[in-house]
Amino acid sequence: MTARIHLRDKEFKVRSGMTIRSALLRLNIQPEAVLPTRDGELLTDDEILQERDEIRLIAVISGGAH
Amino acid sequence: MKCRKCGEKAVIHMRQHKLALCKNHYLDWIPKQTQRFIHDNKMFNPEDRILVAVSGGKDSLVLWDVLSRLGYQVDGLYIGLGIDGGNGYSAESRRFTEIFAAEHKLNLITYDIEEHEGLDIPTAASMTRRGRERPCSICGLSKRHIMNRVAIENDYDVLVTGHNLDDEAAVLFGNTLNWLTAYLQRQGPVLPNRSGLVKKAKPFFRFYERETAAYALLRGIEYMYDECPHAVGAKSIYYKVLLNQLEADRRGAKLSFYLSFLRAKETMNFNLGGDDVERMLHPCTSCGQPTSTPDLCTYCRTWKEVRDRREMMLEQGIES
Repeated sequence: MTARIHLRDKEFKVRSGMTIRSALLRLNIQPEAVLPTRDGELLTDDEILQERDEIRLIAVISGGAH
Repeated sequence: MKCRKCGEKAVIHMRQHKLALCKNHYLDWIPKQTQRFIHDNKMFNPEDRILVAVSGGKDSLVLWDVLSRLGYQVDGLYIGLGIDGGNGYSAESRRFTEIFAAEHKLNLITYDIEEHEGLDIPTAASMTRRGRERPCSICGLSKRHIMNRVAIENDYDVLVTGHNLDDEAAVLFGNTLNWLTAYLQRQGPVLPNRSGLVKKAKPFFRFYERETAAYALLRGIEYMYDECPHAVGAKSIYYKVLLNQLEADRRGAKLSFYLSFLRAKETMNFNLGGDDVERMLHPCTSCGQPTSTPDLCTYCRTWKEVRDRREMMLEQGIES
């Protein structure tokens, strides 16, 4: 009963049945710093993870000198 | 979660607004909000000529997209920095910018620093005291100078940048931690024009960073996803992480932090000083841009230091 979450070149296995937000918090990934997608479609983070889900996170933080 | 407007499946939930929207309503919401921010803050009018600084990243390309959809006369300025960092950072950023401009039939001005100054940013930084460890300082300084110069020389009324709420809150956080009152005085969504300085505006100053990224994704705007290799470990990113931690515990904290600051500046006679610097401005003896430093402005002084050092190295037969 697992789903996988990808962030850049990292992959995390999490239990399905919880929300994406809960999974992110457990993985110490800040929900504000990413956008979750499935098959290229944007998702809200209250979405329940299904078995064999492949969630790709888009990192949104940019920085440096302005 | 359902879209508040139509009940369809939502694609984004903005917790600080308690607002979830579907794709179509989100793509409609962002330009409408932008127009409201522009109007409420008297940023510019439809008859103004606008120059948007584009880096190839999500914020600036989304801003260019939104302003052109709103019907503004907006050209882009891309500054070639010559940063490679193992992923051809500048070349890739430029490619995304040029593709966007071509696909949307928008006018793009390109300014290559190496072409004008003889050296790219990383090489120049390695030759200065302030940039030896981090090129961000000379990079930011050069971008600000060039953006102003290009805007003034080409008679643009306003220079706009894609700074979002996270950028602004991080800068505010850093300035507050160090009580940099002169910077606090100048921080805001609009900087009026002064002699030699073009008016500047930040139409996205109330959008969270994830909101501009979501718009790019939903609108199909391809942008430079990889971060500048020199931004790794930047203080601004560290501050963003801290503020996002706060936001996770208290929704709307970032927005409230920044908007409360703006309100305090306006309504509470929040005197931060900084006027002395304004009064001391005079034209740089080399480029004519306003500066508070004697003789040369910081840009001209820094690049003179770079050229002098390079000449010395060449005389000594040292490769840069």
